Amino acid sequence: MKIAVCVKRVPDTETRIKVGADGRSIDEGGVKFVLNPFDEFAVEEALKLKEQSGEGEVVIISMGGDSGQETIRTALAMGADRGVLLKTDAKPVDPLVTARVLASEVEQGGYDLVLFGKQAVDDESHAVGPMVGELLGLASVSAITRLELAGGKGTAEREVEGATEVVEFSLPAVLTAEKGLNEPRYPALRGIMLAKKKPLEVKDVELDEEGMVVVELALPQSRKEGRIVGEGPDAVPILIDALKNEAKVI
Amino acid sequence: MAGVLVVLEQRSGTLKSVSHEVLGAARTLADELGVEVHALAIGPAGLKVDGLGEYGADKVLCCRSDELELYQASRYAGLASGLADANGYQIVMLATTALGKDLGPRIAAKLGAPIAGDLTHISGNDGLVVMRPVFAGKATSTLKITSTPCVLSVRPNAFATGCVARDGIVEDVSPGDSGAGAQAVTIAVKEPEKAVLDVAEASIVVSGGRGLKEAEHFQLVEELASALGGAVGASRAVVDAGWRPHSEQVGQTGKTVSPNLYIAIGISGAIQHLAGMRTSKVIVAINRDQDAPIFKVADYGIVGDLFAVVPRLTEEIKKVRGG
Ligand SMILES: Cc1cc2nc3c(=O)[nH]c(=O)nc-3n(C[C@H](O)[C@H](O)[C@H](O)COP(=O)(O)OP(=O)(O)OC[C@H]3O[C@@H](n4cnc5c(N)ncnc54)[C@H](O)[C@@H]3O)c2cc1C
Ligand SMILES: Nc1ncnc2c1ncn2[C@@H]1O[C@H](COP(=O)(O)O)[C@@H](O)[C@H]1O
Repeated sequence: MKIAVCVKRVPDTETRIKVGADGRSIDEGGVKFVLNPFDEFAVEEALKLKEQSGEGEVVIISMGGDSGQETIRTALAMGADRGVLLKTDAKPVDPLVTARVLASEVEQGGYDLVLFGKQAVDDESHAVGPMVGELLGLASVSAITRLELAGGKGTAEREVEGATEVVEFSLPAVLTAEKGLNEPRYPALRGIMLAKKKPLEVKDVELDEEGMVVVELALPQSRKEGRIVGEGPDAVPILIDALKNEAKVI
Repeated sequence: MAGVLVVLEQRSGTLKSVSHEVLGAARTLADELGVEVHALAIGPAGLKVDGLGEYGADKVLCCRSDELELYQASRYAGLASGLADANGYQIVMLATTALGKDLGPRIAAKLGAPIAGDLTHISGNDGLVVMRPVFAGKATSTLKITSTPCVLSVRPNAFATGCVARDGIVEDVSPGDSGAGAQAVTIAVKEPEKAVLDVAEASIVVSGGRGLKEAEHFQLVEELASALGGAVGASRAVVDAGWRPHSEQVGQTGKTVSPNLYIAIGISGAIQHLAGMRTSKVIVAINRDQDAPIFKVADYGIVGDLFAVVPRLTEEIKKVRGG
């Protein structure tokens, strides 16, 4: 089984966001970057599938700047076989532009499965995976929490509001991973050492023109200051009164 | 002039109320642009679509077939993008729901169009300008859409339903080719034995965290939620501990919610949790640690032992709500 996993380098979820001097992007000074948390689920699933089938290859693909190599190495340290960095300094906000670059790389690879995270925690587009599926005309299922493969076919489950959809599909397929699919492993020291020697190819890529531009990046309005209505159960009537007569939500 | 196509969402033949919000947002935008709003309803033969004019639809395109009762991703995308192509809609709009998050990007890919999702503001007065939260709501991005057609997906509970009545003439459209031979088919929708209100759809959410100490104690949260007619939510700590299902997790790697009332019980208020609930209209926190970060975003807080406070609160709520 040959599996590609597309991963993105994103700011750690603990990051306090500061707006950069251009007013359109974040100030990256002091920001720690990590492998997108949802992409960890995708990498884990790929490794599990390879282990189960006892053969195959897991290829990590990332589009971005040179520092993306570090992110790819993290996935290699988890156990993936090799990496491809699609190098560009541009940081597109139009998901179609990213999807086209990834689709053209994946198309040449002859993969049985192409895995994505459900969404990147920076731009939060939750778009690139299903877009690549459509661009390549492959079966695709997004935000999956369960996966079973057998005999060139698969069954996946995805959670919708208050229910679960069950989808059957044929391979090759594009899938995006939701939390709950698995528990990602941590790279062990041995894995980190091995990852340094694994092949990582760097290719320059050209991007299409984007269909949107960022006008402004701003911090959200902070919530208006609240108050502690009291301590312990005796404060309950005060809370009820505030919810009923002031906030008018009950 | 055909301007905006709104893709509606249904479950078991009934349209979802979030689709009325999308129609409201589309109507306002279409009026700014001087174009029409057409709604596309895809669903089973018995799908009901009357009265959509009241929500702002000039025309309702109705694609009914029992094969389309469940969400079939590629067929739905093919129908919507096919109509957008044929009728020349400039903008395709839908809701940022589980379905919309999957369908929107597919339509955009088929149209070769940009997509902006989870929108909280849309303006057509000076070009097409939209706002969306990024970095888990820690920043807001304002974008100018520079190419048409485009796909816009709007955040639930962020837009009001419109009240400008329009014709809403219903016109049937062909469901096209059958799904035979499709590469991916939704074969079932598993509903839980007891219907649960989803955190992302509820107007009141009561969430519990590690402060509850044990899975069994979540009964306190459930009782309060049921007294309020709300949904149960959870922090990641208790989901990862296996006390609650993933579907209830609120936060950066869970669901984003914006209910009218959010009550956080025994939740510290980690940055990743706040990411999923900070746009709630009113936030209440119950925590024994007065320095817990959750109090920084709460409108009302009670400092104290949740095991004493919550039962009392449930009792008082029942009195107020006459139950
Ligand atoms: C990549 C990543 C993604 C994440 N995504 C999410 C996410 O989506 N959602 C999420 O919630 N978290 C997420 N987290 C985890 C987050 O960082 C916190 O660990 C988690 O939210 C803590 O859960 P908690 O508030 O229930 O537990 P704790 O932080 O342990 O807080 C428990 C609280 O209960 C209070 N308490 C204890 N006993 C009582 C009592 N008897 N009465 C009243 N109060 C009491 C304590 O004072 C404390 O404030 C993520 C973390 C990472 C690294
Ligand atoms: N620059 C990128 N390089 C590789 N994969 C990406 C990139 N951007 C997005 N992805 C993949 O697409 C998923 C969804 O991203 P998004 O649509 O931006 O939320 C991510 O979880 C990654 O798997």
